[in-house]
Amino acid sequence: MRGYGHPRHPVRLFSLYGSLILLALFVLGPLLYLLAQSFMTPAEASEYPPKLLPSGLYTGGLKNAIETVPIFGFIVNSFVLAIAIMVLQVLTAALAAYAFVYIRFSGSRFWFALFISTMMIPWEVTIIPNYLTVKSWGWLDSFQGLIVPFAASAFGVFLLRQFFLQLPRELFEAARIYGCGHFRHFVSVVLPLSGPAAASLAVYVFLNGWNQYLWPLLITSSDAMRTVQIGIAMLQFEELTSWNLVLCGVALVLVPSLVLLGLGLKPLVRGITAGAVKG
Amino acid sequence: MSSSLYSDKPEPVLSPASAASAGTPIAAGKLRRIREQLLGYLFLAPSLAVFTLFLFYPMARSVYLSFQLTDPRGRVAAYAGWDNYSRMMESSAFWNSLWITVKFTLLTVPAGLALGLLCASLVHAAGRGSKLFRFVFSVPLALSVGTASILWMILYHPTLGMLNYLLGQIGIAPVQWLTDPSAALGSVSLMTIWMNSGFPFVLLLAAIQGLDNDVMDSSRIDGASMWRTFFSIKLPLLSPTLFFLAVVSIMSAFQSFGQVNILTRGGPAGSTDVLVYSIYREAFVNYQFGTGSALAIVLFALMLLLTAVQFLVLGKKVHYQ
Repeated sequence: MRGYGHPRHPVRLFSLYGSLILLALFVLGPLLYLLAQSFMTPAEASEYPPKLLPSGLYTGGLKNAIETVPIFGFIVNSFVLAIAIMVLQVLTAALAAYAFVYIRFSGSRFWFALFISTMMIPWEVTIIPNYLTVKSWGWLDSFQGLIVPFAASAFGVFLLRQFFLQLPRELFEAARIYGCGHFRHFVSVVLPLSGPAAASLAVYVFLNGWNQYLWPLLITSSDAMRTVQIGIAMLQFEELTSWNLVLCGVALVLVPSLVLLGLGLKPLVRGITAGAVKG
Repeated sequence: MSSSLYSDKPEPVLSPASAASAGTPIAAGKLRRIREQLLGYLFLAPSLAVFTLFLFYPMARSVYLSFQLTDPRGRVAAYAGWDNYSRMMESSAFWNSLWITVKFTLLTVPAGLALGLLCASLVHAAGRGSKLFRFVFSVPLALSVGTASILWMILYHPTLGMLNYLLGQIGIAPVQWLTDPSAALGSVSLMTIWMNSGFPFVLLLAAIQGLDNDVMDSSRIDGASMWRTFFSIKLPLLSPTLFFLAVVSIMSAFQSFGQVNILTRGGPAGSTDVLVYSIYREAFVNYQFGTGSALAIVLFALMLLLTAVQFLVLGKKVHYQ
């Protein structure tokens, strides 16, 4: 006989899965609504009481969204921006993290503390001067302006440092015994081994870049430079009457993030956890 | 002499005997240390350059600008002294915005942590299907403030929105989600909890899975109930993660902007005018870079204070293994 406390007792199973399904509905509900709406014809979408499910897979709304607004261009912009930031951040973070773990230099503790303390500077506190800087360099409405300010992050340094610290110290010592200098050790031992941590950071940084809002809002002004998040918000203000179209646009913008999440959930989770638990 | 770093010979650092046998051990050691020193800075240089240009310098310039009057192009027009700050302290809009930010934090952070903990515990307890649920609860990680806000704006629509329709089905009068000053902040918070729910979940699930199974098992064998195990053993063991999450979530709540900009633009009647939105309005709508900077400095001071308090007070009570 199984007691009530047994994990497979029917009452427990029922309440467990019941709660899971309710919570899943809260999380997925708005997204399922979005999915259903994007396949509805404009007439179906504007019916009241609202329809829950489309009568068929109507793709006109999605096509219309692509044609009405330069969504495709927004997507390309965001890809360029997110990938560039990702590559740069992983690289700069790996270098700095390497220095903190393997290179003995005076002030290393001070610099690490300083790096970590930058996590306490909210980006919003610096936007006014950053905006003025980027403007004075003529970088408004340009990729440089969107990318360069994010080319390094303390979080990345911290995350990779945690990872490097866990690599067996013997590897480093062996490399040094065989006369491997820091550059070679970095390129041929540490970097190849840091694949998992770098992947974690990369997924995280990409998503953040793709999802940026405030900075692109401030510094982009032309349609040619708009990123997806700003573009989609613009859509909302212009086309408030046609929800269908707006929702189709939102769905299109969400697809790349969801695909990336599906593919990169594991490294992402690993990264978030490594960055936090050991902190 | 050839450096130990690039030479093909064995690195002497690790064996004092071989170092001592080298001709001038002290000079060699010194050179090595200098090289090591330079290399350290070389590796730090890219990050340091970005931080200097886009964090430290603007931080200092924010302080400077907060004591200036600027023209609409951001050029300093006159020295204002403490005027920006004293005007800010006297303005009710500032105190309102501060209070709204605190309320928003209280509405989103504890609920967000509780939701994450609940989902993570349940997923961990589930056998079959736990992978599916894990993915479902992680999906919000992919959401952005832009897409999430627009989606909820449509859900919140007073007459045609899905939420009021559903409320109507169970006999509740429609809510003016975003236009009623007493509801707007709650609506923005609900959407924020939803949008940010992935991060606490993922972290807490990993932390729960990382707990020592032996401890859990022995407590179960000793006859501790599920709840007892949860509150007396799991929760204390999870406290480092919860602590970290609390810090990060409070900081992110204090920096919220996008959802307010899209959903309510700070309104109605200033009821969602969070601090960052007021910075944005001051600097980029009213072109008052001086007063905007003063507000930004206040945000910075608050974040510092928060971090300090959290580390001093909570840090001691957190259980580290």
